[in-house]
Amino acid sequence: MPTTSDEVLIGSIAKGDRLAMEELYGRYRVPVYRFVLRMVRNPTIAEDLNSDVFLDVWRQAGTFEGRSAVSTWLFSIARFKALNALQRRPTEELDDETAGAIEDQADDPEIALAKKDKAAVLRACLLKLSAEHREIVNLVYYQHKSVEDVAGIVGIPEATVKTRMFYARKKLSELLTELGIERGWP
Amino acid sequence: MTTAKQSEPSEIELLLPWYAAGTLDARESQQVEAALANDPELAARYEWVRAELEQETHVSEVAGEPSGRDVKTLFAKIDALPAQKARASFDLGARIAEFLASLSPRTLAWSAMAAALAIVLQAGLLAGIMLKERSPGGYETASAPANVSGDGSYVLMRFQPQASAADVANFLATNKLSIVGGPSTGGLYRVQVAPTKLAKADLTRIFGTLQDNKVVAFIAATE
Repeated sequence: MPTTSDEVLIGSIAKGDRLAMEELYGRYRVPVYRFVLRMVRNPTIAEDLNSDVFLDVWRQAGTFEGRSAVSTWLFSIARFKALNALQRRPTEELDDETAGAIEDQADDPEIALAKKDKAAVLRACLLKLSAEHREIVNLVYYQHKSVEDVAGIVGIPEATVKTRMFYARKKLSELLTELGIERGWP
Repeated sequence: MTTAKQSEPSEIELLLPWYAAGTLDARESQQVEAALANDPELAARYEWVRAELEQETHVSEVAGEPSGRDVKTLFAKIDALPAQKARASFDLGARIAEFLASLSPRTLAWSAMAAALAIVLQAGLLAGIMLKERSPGGYETASAPANVSGDGSYVLMRFQPQASAADVANFLATNKLSIVGGPSTGGLYRVQVAPTKLAKADLTRIFGTLQDNKVVAFIAATE
């Protein structure tokens, strides 16, 4: 059975089609949640923001003009909400207790290093990146967004997307170096 | 090719993450493949890129899924929405939420700029015509043609894409403004600046104050 395109679903949502909304939500609920969670590092906040994102989709579907992919539009809404949440809670970046909810998956870098588990050290370093770097790393590596898509979501030129990703990787390299893993440049 | 001492990465090196994710077009993929085949140092660095992709995937997937509370919350809010729409014209919270959702990527914003400029120009011309037609100091009744659009003084306004909800809410509250319409395609809102018709000089003064605010990207007079 052919899958209804995102654009067709948005058109139906604009007319108040709740089933179309459920379909779109089913498609993007988890990826958007995981993106927001990587940003705000708090499962409860991420879940609230997730429903806010789709509520805006319901409200604004009529204004979607198809100049970008539906997913680009969705992630740009999600990003803005996540950044606002981080702005409202400026201590979030340092809130280890909150971050712990998702950081349990990775050992503390020093412990992981002691175990000689480079993958675990890399995971721990990924979790230590800034929000700006977590955002782009997740969009590129996990959400599989192209340079153009990321530019649309983040609202920066494509050249800046590439250099920002490079500097995120450079920061990762520095974090690894601090833990005794020298991987060269970057 | 790249070396450990160079300060700037090559274009090919910048593309490695997207090559690993499989999101480059065919031409760029071929360029990266050729470079990897001819540059062992680059190929070694690419192994780190692949490792990063694997671990970012791990980190994201182990984080799990929403509990299910989000589904109930979302559809409860959707069910409650018609009631919100009924009082939409002065519902600041809903207007702000719509503003947030309408924030499109900068590329779209630039694309919309031409349309927004046309609207602003038209609004300016209309305002000019209306002001010209008004006889200074003349008598006007409440039902006079000059007042057909309703009481109050209005502007068209677009907010900076970087402005947060708090910034916008604070700006509106501080200046006693109300969003009464929009957003239009160009992200323009119709904003009431005073509950009564202001004299041109007063409107110009307020206009000047508002356009200097950091949250305002665009402002134009309108009726």
